[in-house]
Amino acid sequence: MSSLLSIKFRRAGILFFVLSCLAFLLAACGASPWNDPYPEQDDKQAVLYMSFAERPKHLDPAVAYSENEYAFIAQIYEPPLQYHYLKRPYELTPLTAARLPDITYYDQQGQKLGPAAEAKDIAYSDYLLEIRPGIRFQPHPAFAQDKQGRYRYHDLDQSAVDALATVSDFAETGTRELTAEDYVYQIKRLAYPKTQSPIAEIMKGYIIGFADFAKHSADKPRDALRALSMAGVEALDRYHYRIRIKGKYPQFSYWLAMPFFVPMPWEADAFFDQPGFGDKNITLDWYPVGTGPFYLAENNPNRRMLMFKNPNFHPEVYPAEGEAGDAEKGLLQDAGKTLPFIDKVVVTLEKETIPNWSKFLQGYYDSSGIASDSFDQAVQFTGGGVTLTESLKEKDIRLHTSVETSIFYMGFNMLDARVGGDSDKARKLRQAIAIAVDYEEFIAIFRNERGVPAQGAIPPGIFGNEEGESGINPYVYDWVNGKPKRKPIEAAKKLIAEAGYPNGVDPKTGEPLILYFDTTATSVDDKPLMNWYRKQFQKLGVQLVIRATDYNRFQQKMSAGNAQIYVWGWNADYPDPENFFSLLYGFNGKVKHSGENSGNYQNAEFDRLFEQMRNMENGEPRLQIIRQMQEIVRRDAPWVFGFHPKTFSLYHGWASNLKPNLMANNRLKYIRIDPVKRAELRRQWNRPVLWPLAAAGVLCVLLFAPAVSAYRRRTRRPRPDAMAIQTEASR
Amino acid sequence: MIYYIIRRLLYAFPILLGINILTFVLFFVVNSPDDMARMQLGQKHVTPEAIANWKHLHGYDLPMLWNEEARGGDKVTETIFYQKSVGLFLFRFGVSDSGRNIGADIQQRMWPSLALALPSLVVGLLTNIGFALLMVLFRGSYLEFGGLVLCVVLMSISSLFYIIGGQFMIGKLLKLVPISGYDEGFGAFKFLILPVVIGVFSGIGSGVRWYRTLFLEEVGKDYVRTARAKGLTETQTLFRHVLPNAMIPILTGVVVVLPLLFMGSLIMESFFSIPGLGSYTIDAINSQDFAMVRAMVFLGSILYVLGLLLTDISYTLVDPRVRLS
Repeated sequence: MSSLLSIKFRRAGILFFVLSCLAFLLAACGASPWNDPYPEQDDKQAVLYMSFAERPKHLDPAVAYSENEYAFIAQIYEPPLQYHYLKRPYELTPLTAARLPDITYYDQQGQKLGPAAEAKDIAYSDYLLEIRPGIRFQPHPAFAQDKQGRYRYHDLDQSAVDALATVSDFAETGTRELTAEDYVYQIKRLAYPKTQSPIAEIMKGYIIGFADFAKHSADKPRDALRALSMAGVEALDRYHYRIRIKGKYPQFSYWLAMPFFVPMPWEADAFFDQPGFGDKNITLDWYPVGTGPFYLAENNPNRRMLMFKNPNFHPEVYPAEGEAGDAEKGLLQDAGKTLPFIDKVVVTLEKETIPNWSKFLQGYYDSSGIASDSFDQAVQFTGGGVTLTESLKEKDIRLHTSVETSIFYMGFNMLDARVGGDSDKARKLRQAIAIAVDYEEFIAIFRNERGVPAQGAIPPGIFGNEEGESGINPYVYDWVNGKPKRKPIEAAKKLIAEAGYPNGVDPKTGEPLILYFDTTATSVDDKPLMNWYRKQFQKLGVQLVIRATDYNRFQQKMSAGNAQIYVWGWNADYPDPENFFSLLYGFNGKVKHSGENSGNYQNAEFDRLFEQMRNMENGEPRLQIIRQMQEIVRRDAPWVFGFHPKTFSLYHGWASNLKPNLMANNRLKYIRIDPVKRAELRRQWNRPVLWPLAAAGVLCVLLFAPAVSAYRRRTRRPRPDAMAIQTEASR
Repeated sequence: MIYYIIRRLLYAFPILLGINILTFVLFFVVNSPDDMARMQLGQKHVTPEAIANWKHLHGYDLPMLWNEEARGGDKVTETIFYQKSVGLFLFRFGVSDSGRNIGADIQQRMWPSLALALPSLVVGLLTNIGFALLMVLFRGSYLEFGGLVLCVVLMSISSLFYIIGGQFMIGKLLKLVPISGYDEGFGAFKFLILPVVIGVFSGIGSGVRWYRTLFLEEVGKDYVRTARAKGLTETQTLFRHVLPNAMIPILTGVVVVLPLLFMGSLIMESFFSIPGLGSYTIDAINSQDFAMVRAMVFLGSILYVLGLLLTDISYTLVDPRVRLS
């Protein structure tokens, strides 16, 4: 009986094995490659596949303030203004607004002033915005109403909340038209202390009534915000609202293109603020409610984010104008066509660069950056510049490069007794260091040539940055053969000698001058970089001591003014020189004013020019002042102007309408994907290779056959030690 | 045994309290509430007023352990330690400093971790024990020697190499499975094959050697000689007698980690983009999120205590001589 059962089991096992093999082979014959991480049906859709390495912390537009958060919310929410996708220099255009804001100036007595009024005469400015009618919010349960017009999901009981897992569990959704009140409500949210908006403190200095609103609303519940009024912000009617700004602040228009100033329906707050929702992470910080081209269908930042085309998206067309050369690059082929071109965006978490790169090469991501470990596989530097390697060209991969509107600099603490201050001695010491620290070498070694040495505080692409001989820093560079050339180290040695440290020796001690570099670079990986910094200072005979601490201690040192030399960076909030020069404005000093002037630089003339420049419109008079300011900071050298990072992005040939735009975050609506071409190429590139599997199977059999035979021999006869026992027992 | 279990559970309370205090002290030695606020508020425009507002809203404007200004019992309760720790003992993990409900996050992320860790453990255990028994069967032969050399080679290679090499070979060159990713339900199968195979393969070297040592110790004992003397084959001896008698050290190593399988594996999950709990604690430390750190340390401690208790109980199942009293 048992042998019969055993035979049956063996047969069943063989049958299972054969069926498994068949299933495996059938799967192999399917249309989708085996290694395709996406569902097969997605092949036919215009889906954009991207990856992200760092999960967003906030998706509430009043709180989010980092690039990885803007990558999502800028596709979902719409501020009144946006940056033109193609035109350069960056230009604001209306988004939900009917036109750019009408700006009116008033004096202290409330009398209207002309557009050419002096900034000192302007007491406040009114920004009047008109919203286009007919724009509707995405379908969302917060808007769902019953027949009597009551909101269906604004007052749920505990049992209903218990049954929920995500916001997609609600059976009904609704929508409504965007109104001016939604923009006003969002500004109130910015001021409300419980929102903890990172720009609340800045806006207190600009928007009239903002600080008072913050004070009065502090102890109020969120649902009271609608009824409270803010003196400077008012909805005039259904489609018009006005923001009143203290004095003149032309850069405020740029703020109106940032996600902080998007519309927020009060219904969203009322819906998400219900008891029990937070326990399930059903919050407005996690589930955006916008009018943009996409809505967030799935939010699992530990795995993937899914954005679907918003069925209620208002008519918007691809731009018909661009900068010179755009038409030749095919960037105007879709001019006048309705946006967006893609149906779905799948953004997958890839923490590690190696799998991310492999999946891009397999066609499973439409775009990729270039990590340092795959840099040589991707690009090569030739006499004519940077090009893709042959293997990538064969795959029709395209390279886009752009210089970021950012700066990384080495700063001096101007409160420090040795490197800081306004003395000629300290200035020459800083200038000598600025020459010695060779950022061209830094970019070559540590950034794979992905950077441009900075000549001043303003990055390329922003008004005030100048190319050519007039744009170089004459204290660090000479203009040689049509290019800037770093001054020889002898010039730096001469300067340091004039500073009182001949050959880098401190006359007080007779020893090399010791300077301190404060950094958060504590890992072993940072050692080569720290050695490089030491070597730069050694060129002058100066000994650089690295004071590496954790992030917290470093921040404390900076806040207390205890650091000496450090590196820091700034990414443009908006494309205006004011945003960068404010980092050197005396009244933004970190120690005295808790501002963003990390080096505590203060120069009365610079401050005077800054106050004049910040309120001016772009034009020749403003450029003249910017040149003077650049000259002052180049001479005073509170920073060693380091570099502007250069972004290298790769895209597959099936993606089009791609143009780097460092200010616009809502770029996805312009991208077009050819899903048929992609599916075909994916199949070509990802045919499974089966012969190694078969070879491995044969190898296993060959290896195991002698082992099985040895096992049988051994189990048939008793072990010698067992036989010895038996023999002894029989005796 | 019930009394034993209750007693052990009661012992856990002071241990957990001690761990809580230690976590609290260690965390706040390194990070002050101001540092935490600065980290949460971002890099730009962080003013002292914004820091004060953040601390107030998150309850970090209270004294750490003792509130001198409060009265009576409030001296203890109106402190950061009390406010942040008491809920843990009721399994209310609260909200992270970035606003997420920690309990909901753990519930969501523990299943993918388990989906990876459980098959890796089971398949790995069976493979290691199987190979170890084979090596014991062939002890003294060239097969055992070859196997040992192979084990030493396998255990000398970094697990990172297995991961990168496996992804390169199986995912990139042979294109048999996705290089990374995850899906819900049965869809997860094709994403888990590669990490499970790599997880098992990378553990073979050390695992087989460890179990081989355990079995070799057993095969020299008198009862094994008796079994052979009774005429049992070597396979019968190994599987019926040696394996059950080696279960105590096997269970010591295995049962204690069972509850911790939920906690995930940092490197595996990171390379294979598996949305588990592996990086949760590290992310919390990096973002100075005390609420998450204390919750994860507390949960880890409970699971470890539970694992030790389960180990003790499992001894009674495999060895009738063991009595818990």
